[in-house]
Amino acid sequence: MVRWRLFVLNQSRVGIVLSIYISRFSRFIASVLLVLWVLPAAASDWEQAVQALTAKKNNQKQQAIEQLIATGDKRNSLIFNSLLEANLYYQKSDKQVVVAIKEGSLYRLSSVIDGADLGTVKKSKIKKISVNNKIRRQLRNGLALVGLNADDASERIAAIRSLMNTAYASYTPIIEQRLVAEQDKDVIAKLKEMQAIINLQDGDAAAREAAAELLAGKLDPASRNVLVKQQSAEQDPQVLAAIDKAIATNQQLLQINTVAENMYFGISLGAVLLLAAVGLAITFGVMGVINMAHGEMIMLGAYTTYVVQQLMPNNIEWSLLVAIPAAFVVSGLVGILIERGVIRFLYGRPLETLLATFGLSLVLQQAVRSIFGPLNQAVITPQWMSGSLEINGVLSLTYNRLYIIIFSFMVVATLWTILRKTFFGLQMRAVTQNRPMANSMGIRSSWVDAMTFGLGSGIAGIAGVALSQLTNVGPNLGQNYIIDSFMVVVFGGVGNLFGTVIGALTLGIANKLMEPFAGAVLAKILVLVFIILFIQKRPRGLFALKGRTVED
Amino acid sequence: MTQHSKWKKLATVASGVALAFSLNAAQAAETIKVGVLHSLSGTMAISETTLKDTVLMMIEEQNKKGGLLGKKLEPVVVDPASNWPLFAEKARELLDKEQVDVIFGCWTSVSRKSVLPVIEELNGMLFYPVQYEGEESSKNVFYTGAAPNQQAIPAVDYLMAEEGVERWVLAGTDYVYPRTTNKILEAYLKSKGVAEADIMINYTPFGHSDWQTIVSDVKKFGGAGKKTAVVSTINGDANVPFYKELANQGISAEDIPVVAFSVGEEELSGFDTAPLVGHLAAWNYFQSADSEANESFIAAWKAYTGDDKRVTNDPMEATYIGFQMWAEAVEKAGTTDTDPVREAMYGITVPNLTGGYAVMNTNHHLTKPVLIGEIQADGQFDTVWQTAGGVIGDAWTDHLEESGLIVADWTAPIKCGNFNIKTGQCSGQNY
Repeated sequence: MVRWRLFVLNQSRVGIVLSIYISRFSRFIASVLLVLWVLPAAASDWEQAVQALTAKKNNQKQQAIEQLIATGDKRNSLIFNSLLEANLYYQKSDKQVVVAIKEGSLYRLSSVIDGADLGTVKKSKIKKISVNNKIRRQLRNGLALVGLNADDASERIAAIRSLMNTAYASYTPIIEQRLVAEQDKDVIAKLKEMQAIINLQDGDAAAREAAAELLAGKLDPASRNVLVKQQSAEQDPQVLAAIDKAIATNQQLLQINTVAENMYFGISLGAVLLLAAVGLAITFGVMGVINMAHGEMIMLGAYTTYVVQQLMPNNIEWSLLVAIPAAFVVSGLVGILIERGVIRFLYGRPLETLLATFGLSLVLQQAVRSIFGPLNQAVITPQWMSGSLEINGVLSLTYNRLYIIIFSFMVVATLWTILRKTFFGLQMRAVTQNRPMANSMGIRSSWVDAMTFGLGSGIAGIAGVALSQLTNVGPNLGQNYIIDSFMVVVFGGVGNLFGTVIGALTLGIANKLMEPFAGAVLAKILVLVFIILFIQKRPRGLFALKGRTVED
Repeated sequence: MTQHSKWKKLATVASGVALAFSLNAAQAAETIKVGVLHSLSGTMAISETTLKDTVLMMIEEQNKKGGLLGKKLEPVVVDPASNWPLFAEKARELLDKEQVDVIFGCWTSVSRKSVLPVIEELNGMLFYPVQYEGEESSKNVFYTGAAPNQQAIPAVDYLMAEEGVERWVLAGTDYVYPRTTNKILEAYLKSKGVAEADIMINYTPFGHSDWQTIVSDVKKFGGAGKKTAVVSTINGDANVPFYKELANQGISAEDIPVVAFSVGEEELSGFDTAPLVGHLAAWNYFQSADSEANESFIAAWKAYTGDDKRVTNDPMEATYIGFQMWAEAVEKAGTTDTDPVREAMYGITVPNLTGGYAVMNTNHHLTKPVLIGEIQADGQFDTVWQTAGGVIGDAWTDHLEESGLIVADWTAPIKCGNFNIKTGQCSGQNY
């Protein structure tokens, strides 16, 4: 909107200037006429270029965009952004280029020339101006050239970084111009970095050497790329030495960052494993029930997230916060139902429990398949969970995983509090440690069993909410996590929440540290082999319960 | 004791239901039976259920037109449950017990390989509608999906020419299709002068969901001063987390484009594609294809499923083409017997959905156009490049030393699926 107002202002200013000319200096009428003649011609240059966008061939479109950039017209931003967002169309009847926004089943058109509203039309009346990656790069460059003069410093830096990817020598005057006007320290540093990228390829020997020195330790991919590229092309030995040195410096920094990155990956995988396993740590670890339907509790949680998002399509940003309690309740209730309906009759018969719950897992999967269909469902990631927190050019922490790490530790902390600090937790521990004694103290052990199982299942549901942000929400979601969950609980030590935390993190980090060398498939196998060997040595896991509580 | 009898009762009821079902299937005389061998449960249900519905829709439409040879078509649907050995059993059941005249089915290569011996032994006919790794031509199978030269090779050519890609990541799920395709691609890239160091090959297990390390490796691999692209043969389900990770780690299609061979409209309908705009896929059909046949197909599909948001995809078009060809061949042969229909299949031409024609060749593969599309924000593909005409499917790739000399031709004088032009002999096995 602001853009348009600016443009209208410009036009009216031209008008005022013109009227002054006419009234005061009538003898300049001839030259005024000339100006009048030139002005529409300049505009039509731009308009012609806009019209050329309707060409079929991509290289013709590229030429048109080149021309648009050359005019420097303010209206370019709108056109470029519309092209990038696939909102730029032309009318089939008169080839007029328009911005079309979908409104219900129709499209609302507005002119790109003056922003005038052109009403709504059917899809068949207009044709989209399609772009490919090459054109998109060109458009981003065009936008970045405008963004170089943005008011916000971070926007200017983003513009420079985008320009750095191509770094044409023709940018030199623009950069120098900007350097004169620029006040912000960070922007100046980035501008110099970009200058160095250009110089390294096109400058004389001294400039190239200076550029190589400046680029040492700069981790932006564009800066690292240009060094590697120039290394193979460089003739001058002195410059080559400087480049080699810069690359060595970068390599060292990269290595440090890689280690940090792998640790982050490991912790985040560990957090996912922890979330998936912590519910099982209760049902299997505390109650001793081998619940093969645990994965399906996770799946139900993920589907609950989907349903919640369907129910509140206008508040996607908050949907996850609603989904967490909803998933807990849904999975928890199903858990209680399973406990009351099936597992209750099978306590002390692990083999039958295993078979029954495995059957239940198949029933639940097919039920979901029948209700929601076999296809994966689209769970939308809220804006605040996408993208990444950039630490430097190579190390960035993805937001969704960052939140999941925090979330999983919060879940564990809450669970620990429930187990240790509440009356229900006390009853629960009493029943699992010595059932007859707890019964004789007046605890309704069957009620506690149901609640405990419900709690474990509910937490699996919460895990489903988190997993819906990472992976497919489909009927098979649970199957992918059931083995890992059992692995974590067994490795960490049955019946020990702390062991589950350590177990999950150890497995996550071990997996991720091995993956770069061994590959994803082998890393998984190695972890499994390690656990088998470990269980041989310590059958009760990392942190075995000791003392009288241990049966047999 | 009471519990025991309860179970017994349940079992009786269950077997009764099963009996009712089998009786139902055994009825019906004087119809042409069409077997549908697609998984309706298990991991592959997500992809294969759609194809089952497509075949059923085609049968319904054909019956509205009066069926074939004056007889109605009758579908026989079985569920091999994503279980590879079960595919062979179900194929035997279809051919032996149900006596079907033709089978439409299979998705994964391993399921096809499992069905092959059965279908050859009983001389059945299978239409296989999915893009695959090639290196096969069975007398009893018609391959209506793309061979590598109809998908992988043109995609790589496009990236080289249009995007100037010099460094390649070949990422795939760890099974036969990606492994063979990557072997072919690697040989092809090397023949184009790409150095060993500029190719990175990576395999992940089925349903892989933690892509952090691999995406970060790709990012590093791409940071070597040369334009890099990812050629993805990652299988359906693992794609969503892969693309999510790509987007989150800030890899856009403009930096490192990913061209996928197993990602179609249906896979994309599972998530938000806005961050993926510009990533590519190579297929022989996109839902966005501009043709009248396509429009009416999409309309029929939406009406059949009763879901206005259902999408169409390439394996569906392959099923469509296969079905049309079979129907035409049956009319031409005047019978549904395997051998005459098979003879009638060669050279049969039917319109495809992208505005051209598909031809069945004597190597049992199709001639079809190759399309390269970029993912759009609405989950559809925008065709950015396509071959001028159709490309003939090559059963045995020319880019591998061992299969370069082998040709498939099921007409006289060669009459086999693996004729070695150097020794002038067939290898003896049927496929």
